[in-house]
Amino acid sequence: MDFPILSLLLFSPLVGVLFLYLIKGDAETINRNARHTALFTSVFVLAVSLLLLMGFDSNEAGFQFVENRTWMPSLGLAYHLGVDGISLFFVVLSAFLTPVCILASWSSIKTRVREYMIAFLVLETFMMGTFLALDSFLFYVFFEGVLIPMFLIIGIWGGPRRVYSAFKFILYTLLGSVLMFLALLTLYFQVGTSSIPELIANPVARNIQMWLWIACFASFAIKMPMWPFHTWLPDAHVEAPTAGSMILAGVLLKMGGYGFLRFSIPMFPEATEYFVPFIYTLSVIAIIYASLVALVQEDMKKLIAYSSVAHMGFVTLGIFSMTMEGLQGGMFQMISHGLISAALFLCVGVLYDRLHTRDMGRYGGIVQNMPRYATVFMILMLGAVGLPGTSGFIGEFLALLGVFQANILVAILATTGIVLGAAYMLRLYRVVVFGRVTNKDAGEMSDMNQRESAILISIVLMVLALGIAPNLILDRTSASLQALQTHYESHIQSAHQHGVLIKEKISTDIGTDYHE
Amino acid sequence: MNDVVTFYSLQPLWPELFMALLVMGLLILGAFKGDQSTRLLTLLSIGGLLLVLLFLLVTPTGKSTILNGFFILDTYAVNIKIILVFALTASYMLSVKYLYDTGFVKFEYPLLILLAGMGMFLMVSAHHLLSLYMALELQSLSLYILAAFHRNSIKSTEAGVKYFILGAISSGFILFGISLLYGFTGELEYTRLANAISGLEGIERTAIVFGMIFIIAGIAFKISAVPFHMWTPDVYEGAPLPVTAFFAIAPKLAALAMLIRLLVGPFETLVIDWQIIIGFLSVMSMIWAAFAGLVQKDLKRLMAYSSIGNIGYALLGVVMVTTEGVSASIFYLMLYMVMTAGVFSIILCLQRDGMSFKRIENLAGLSKNHPVLAYSMAILMLSMSGLPPLSGFFGKMIIFKEVIAQGMYALAVIGVLTSVVAAFYYLRIIKVMFFDKPEMPYSQDVGGMRRIVMTVSVLFALCYILRPDTLLPFAQNTASDLMGKGIYIEHSLEQPLIVPNVIKLGY
Repeated sequence: MDFPILSLLLFSPLVGVLFLYLIKGDAETINRNARHTALFTSVFVLAVSLLLLMGFDSNEAGFQFVENRTWMPSLGLAYHLGVDGISLFFVVLSAFLTPVCILASWSSIKTRVREYMIAFLVLETFMMGTFLALDSFLFYVFFEGVLIPMFLIIGIWGGPRRVYSAFKFILYTLLGSVLMFLALLTLYFQVGTSSIPELIANPVARNIQMWLWIACFASFAIKMPMWPFHTWLPDAHVEAPTAGSMILAGVLLKMGGYGFLRFSIPMFPEATEYFVPFIYTLSVIAIIYASLVALVQEDMKKLIAYSSVAHMGFVTLGIFSMTMEGLQGGMFQMISHGLISAALFLCVGVLYDRLHTRDMGRYGGIVQNMPRYATVFMILMLGAVGLPGTSGFIGEFLALLGVFQANILVAILATTGIVLGAAYMLRLYRVVVFGRVTNKDAGEMSDMNQRESAILISIVLMVLALGIAPNLILDRTSASLQALQTHYESHIQSAHQHGVLIKEKISTDIGTDYHE
Repeated sequence: MNDVVTFYSLQPLWPELFMALLVMGLLILGAFKGDQSTRLLTLLSIGGLLLVLLFLLVTPTGKSTILNGFFILDTYAVNIKIILVFALTASYMLSVKYLYDTGFVKFEYPLLILLAGMGMFLMVSAHHLLSLYMALELQSLSLYILAAFHRNSIKSTEAGVKYFILGAISSGFILFGISLLYGFTGELEYTRLANAISGLEGIERTAIVFGMIFIIAGIAFKISAVPFHMWTPDVYEGAPLPVTAFFAIAPKLAALAMLIRLLVGPFETLVIDWQIIIGFLSVMSMIWAAFAGLVQKDLKRLMAYSSIGNIGYALLGVVMVTTEGVSASIFYLMLYMVMTAGVFSIILCLQRDGMSFKRIENLAGLSKNHPVLAYSMAILMLSMSGLPPLSGFFGKMIIFKEVIAQGMYALAVIGVLTSVVAAFYYLRIIKVMFFDKPEMPYSQDVGGMRRIVMTVSVLFALCYILRPDTLLPFAQNTASDLMGKGIYIEHSLEQPLIVPNVIKLGY
């Protein structure tokens, strides 16, 4: 494949930004043209990503469509892109959610439309870059670059407490990122390269792995977010505009999981093994605690935000069980959650556009006047609960299956999260959709318009399709995840053997000393 | 060495001689033509600087010492001077329009900058403690006058007097340090001084270390490293705006270059002693500036703390005592200068009816009234806070790369954490511009020269990622000229250094 399709993915949004910058005319014309330009650009990127999906060879575990050019020769850094089974669906997910977000903010964003669209397209480039980069510093540039457009999206178009939330978001995440930056620099000097495939192939010594693992954990755990590093998330979600929440829950949180799969596990396998109980503990607490907190929320966005924390707990559990089922489950859960939570935030946004409140108590009985909305919302809600037939089930089930093989107690505790998940999601649905109409204005809201229906129904169809035919994803991720697991196992085994040898040597040394 | 001084034997000194003649010529011209000739004088000064640049560019590489070791011209000096020419030119371009707009035109202004520039040139080339002192004073005295240039303003006068008094004390420090060195070695010329110091032991060495500490403290004052930074916020705040811009852009590089030459030259054998001192200055600057910057309300004070913090990062490279480290410092300062010039070009634009505004709250809602200014400022602030993909990130990256390479993990962690704290105040500017309610609009007239500086600076910040190697070889070339040759003492600094355990935190 000589055509640089990954560069095309990466830079197409920036070309769109250039066009947006050049739009001239009165305010109305600019707004209209900005929306159309952004939509066209992002749909084009989506089309390219689908081409990528079709051209992807699912039997190949290594990186495909690789591009490698020098970027910073004095340090040996490269503009090195590639995609494998782990990153493929994140790329497609980003490409899919960006046009969805642009459509979702079609009429709800009325001020500074052009700047808004520029922010989203720049964000798309950074998201793509994060998942495509195969050079650790190039990865870092994109990984941290994401913060800039997201900071502006929350801060400019957000709710009343947007300034506080925007700052909390960017400073919190930055704090984790800079520590990872030092870890990447250390790796660069320890291994002598910044190429991710080479870093994976040559893990450093165990004691160094420990420190680097912690530094990377600081970044990914905050991004994910894992309990107790999640406190920025509810604030950011509540204050962000609808599309901001969608992209945040849909893609940005997944960067943490992706980081674990791309950096922490393959580069620091022995440290990973050491820290698995720690991750289990945090994940189980996240699942139960976040579910309980979600149970008492009155703010719909906050409820979904806490449910995200709980769902991400399943992801980390699955990934760090280091079984094939767990890895596949974690991976699948990330994609599924990306779709479902984005759609749920859009559902909240649909209501918010009409009544300008996220307070659950203000709604009720809207099934009467919004039947189509109620149907779509129900399917998505059940998807979040993990009902068989939806994609949510596959992810959680596989993840739990994986954990069950590794640690039964953890699996049992985590399963309570599913029950709690059903409790809070059903409560949300009951209060908002069913019941009697208590507020007149809530009873008079119009049902979804065509634009909203089109977005939500397309996501619902994908959720159902993935629930019925999960192999659409699993087939393509399996080779790379299998390679990851084999890599991990072999390193752990050799480390253990090494440990045994040392122990034997010590005992024989002591023994000889003793006999002498 | 004691040859007859001829015009040709002074060739390395030609730029400085030319600048001196230019200042005198322009002074006469200004005296005849009056204050309204400021623009002409500025243009002529820029023209003169371009001639100097041309001379520097064609200077053959190599090292030449003249005037009995008073003055040295090596690649290090040439390269630093090339950077200084750009810094001075940018300062000129920023100031002209402001002076006319605020009705404060004095023809001495461009001449004082040129004189200060000449002082900086001499500082960079100083190879003798006396020429160091004279060059430093030439530069400082020009800066004192510039700080107090707004004669009718109490704040400006106060800034000038404060700067002068504290500056005089720091000069006293330096002189005292020099006298100690001279008393115990009998030498002032760097090469002979280096040899003399390397042979000392016991109490005499201790005395030399004391002298060195006094000199470092004096120069730390000039580069405003904590705890010798106290004058900086006040002087930045009080001085006229274009003067503040000039202070932020040019003098620190010259002083730092002079300090580095001193540290790796005569004080090379005292590295154990000065490394920890510079490390302390660096860490304190980073921490103090990050936290003090949080509560500032005045843009100029904020930029003062920003410059203190940034000198902390630049010093971090010097602490490494490697070619890579020094080149990282120079590289960092180059990127910083480009960004600062851009930031001041924007602050200078905040004018309404001949009044200029410099409180942070005056930026409120700038994005509504002046989107171009606001976006430029936002890009520069993000770049200053070290967020990729902007140019500021690469400065920090190169510095921390070297810190990690030397295994000083504790320093690296302190550095990145303070950069997160400092990010808050840079981001706060963006918050004020984009998230807050707009103030009255400002005058729309950006002005041609200011626009050039602003555009270059913003494009540089944005596009640097495409060719991140652009300035690095230049910085490396500069540093390796000074460090790589084992210049003074026989052993080479490229060998692994003994790092005090206090700083080093291994696994």
